[in-house]
Amino acid sequence: MKQLQLIGFLLSAALFGVVASCQSGGSEVVTPAPVPGKPDMKPPVVYQTTPYPWKKPTNFPDPVYNFANNPLTLEGVALGRTLFYDDMLSVNGTVSCAFCHQQPAAFAHPDHALSHGVNDKIGTRNNLGLQNLAFYKNFFWDGGVADLDLLPIAPIENPVEMAHSMPNLLNAVRQSAKYRPLFQSAFGSDSVTTARFLKSLSQFMLTMVSANSRYDKHARKEAGGQLTSDELAGLNLFQQKCSSCHAGELFTDQSFRNNGLSRVLNQDVGRYGITLRTEDKFKFKVPSLRNVARTPPYMHDGRFWTLNDVLNHYTTMQEVPELDPVLRQNGKPGVLLTDPEKQQIIAFLNTLTDTAYIADRQFSAPN
Amino acid sequence: MRRLFLSLSLLTAALLAGFLACNTNDPEAARPPAKFGLDFSNVVGTQPLQLGTVAYKNASGESFTPTNFNYFVSNIRLIRTDGSAYVVPQDSSYFLIRQTDPATQKITLNNVPEGSYKAVSFVLGVDSLRSTADISKRTGALDPAVDHTGANGMYWSWNSGYIFMKLEGTSPSAPRDATGRGNFRYHIGYFGGRDTKTINNLKTITVSFGADVAQVDPFRQPAVQIQADVLTIFDGTTPISIKAYPEVMISPFSATVAKNYAGMFSYKGLKTAVTD
Ligand code: HEC
Ligand code: HEC
Repeated sequence: MKQLQLIGFLLSAALFGVVASCQSGGSEVVTPAPVPGKPDMKPPVVYQTTPYPWKKPTNFPDPVYNFANNPLTLEGVALGRTLFYDDMLSVNGTVSCAFCHQQPAAFAHPDHALSHGVNDKIGTRNNLGLQNLAFYKNFFWDGGVADLDLLPIAPIENPVEMAHSMPNLLNAVRQSAKYRPLFQSAFGSDSVTTARFLKSLSQFMLTMVSANSRYDKHARKEAGGQLTSDELAGLNLFQQKCSSCHAGELFTDQSFRNNGLSRVLNQDVGRYGITLRTEDKFKFKVPSLRNVARTPPYMHDGRFWTLNDVLNHYTTMQEVPELDPVLRQNGKPGVLLTDPEKQQIIAFLNTLTDTAYIADRQFSAPN
Repeated sequence: MRRLFLSLSLLTAALLAGFLACNTNDPEAARPPAKFGLDFSNVVGTQPLQLGTVAYKNASGESFTPTNFNYFVSNIRLIRTDGSAYVVPQDSSYFLIRQTDPATQKITLNNVPEGSYKAVSFVLGVDSLRSTADISKRTGALDPAVDHTGANGMYWSWNSGYIFMKLEGTSPSAPRDATGRGNFRYHIGYFGGRDTKTINNLKTITVSFGADVAQVDPFRQPAVQIQADVLTIFDGTTPISIKAYPEVMISPFSATVAKNYAGMFSYKGLKTAVTD
């Protein structure tokens, strides 16, 4: 009996061998990709990721980013955060993403009208605060990049920002003892590919959701959402005069428009530089106004230092041929607002500051 | 005991069936997959292209010395004598031809179906689908993480676009830089836009083998000889002078350059490697 059992076992083993060899004959042996959340079968690597609980704020539209191609994990986000704060992303190790995108300024660069990069090189445009990137169709003032995963290559390679070369940077990351375990835990192996590097930066940036300003609490009818009568009057005026462009809960309709800035000192063609369509000349992305009180100076070239200056611009602007029709009502350029009304709008804009976001430890430098 | 016997004989039968299944597949597997070659040679008029050493002349009478010449070849289709086509699988259909690297000038297509072919067509550039694909689909020649300042940089990071054709060089007709050198640079891209329609400089090129037929089977590996003439970039449909256009990159005029280079390819013959 025992013997027969043995024969049976041997036979089945042989049968298995035949079938297995049959399958691998001719075609490549395919090693299955590690399943997130399941330990990798190959010793000694034990690889387990924890999904990041990303939530859409209830008053927000649906995100644009395709999360299916880059599922967020705590490990991926941690890797991206480390990269975001690492000076080694610049050619001489002096400038990180966070150097120009500082948390207290809602990830804009305070006190800099124009971008300030390695060796004190000055760029041509004002920085943008970073928040709610998962909801944007395109990025930068001219919308040149439409895929968040591809965005970091631009500052890394820009000679006036980080001035690095991607292959050299990826090699340095490969060599770094610090990053090997971080890639290992995020992706199951320490191989540093372009896609992994970029997707982990995206993962971190996608977690940067700002939706807890006093205005948000007001919109969601939550505790702490009281607005003063001036702020409410400002909200009302804003909805009449500003929200056809600074629209919805993101405070931008994500279109490209001209808001009447004088071109005497600046000939930046804006969106035209990307599309080469004449009708896009001198148009710029309508920026979100979330945390706007924290991100002076204002406009694509940082020409206004205060919200007062911005409001004065909207009431006193001169004619420019490309001016958006919304800002040319009654045949005259500009918006009609009294001084007290301007102050009410500014009071409302201040309610868009999300102090919890600006202080949230999960977005600050690691350790 | 009876039952054990039964299961044993069943196992043996299954084992045999397994062997048989394997055997019927065998003759197919034994015939090696066929290959097809595309050999590109870059010339300037009647002379082979040399980088940095030879001064050539265009039809505008301008002398110029190319220092760098790259272009993307993608979406390759082999056209059979009956007019049907073998479409090379997307994931293995992107090649960057670089003058500085002879190995890149010979493309080998693997697993080509046996048959008779009379022409090849390809896209000069990177189609809109791949130009907007997820980063994980951009490996090899399409990896955007290449040194943008180097000769191989074929990607604009600030608008996420591939450069389809890059021709750089020096010419006394170009404006002098600080070192007294006159540089000209043609970086041509633009796939038609993502949400907003832009210029579309993608060109589909068909190279016919004339009266020749490329016979593909495991024992004969044809390689079509394709020539690309740099002179056509200046002297094609619309003559372009370096003096008037020393630099063409992000401008509507890139469409004129693209129209010219669409005509730069010609058929120069078939080479067939025979094995047995
Ligand atoms: C030298 C300063 C500087 C550095 C370093 C820098 N940035 Fe920026 N960043 C800017 C400026 C300036 C803009 C706006 C540029 C424009 O629109 O033309 C910007 C825009 C962005 C935007 C688009 C925001 C929006 O709403 O459209 C993102 C995202 C971003 N940066 C992420 C990064 C990341 C990630 C890094 C590091 C890899 C980085 N930045 C490094 C200056 C910098
Ligand atoms: C026609 C569309 C439009 C309307 C209406 C409009 N804006 Fe703007 N706004 C823009 C555009 C476009 C920009 C960016 C312009 C640039 O930099 O070239 C901008 C920029 C701003 C900025 C600077 C933000 C930053 O981060 O630099 C503020 C603040 C602002 N607008 C507030 C307002 C207020 C308040 C109103 C109503 C009184 C208003 N806007 C009405 C289109 C508009």
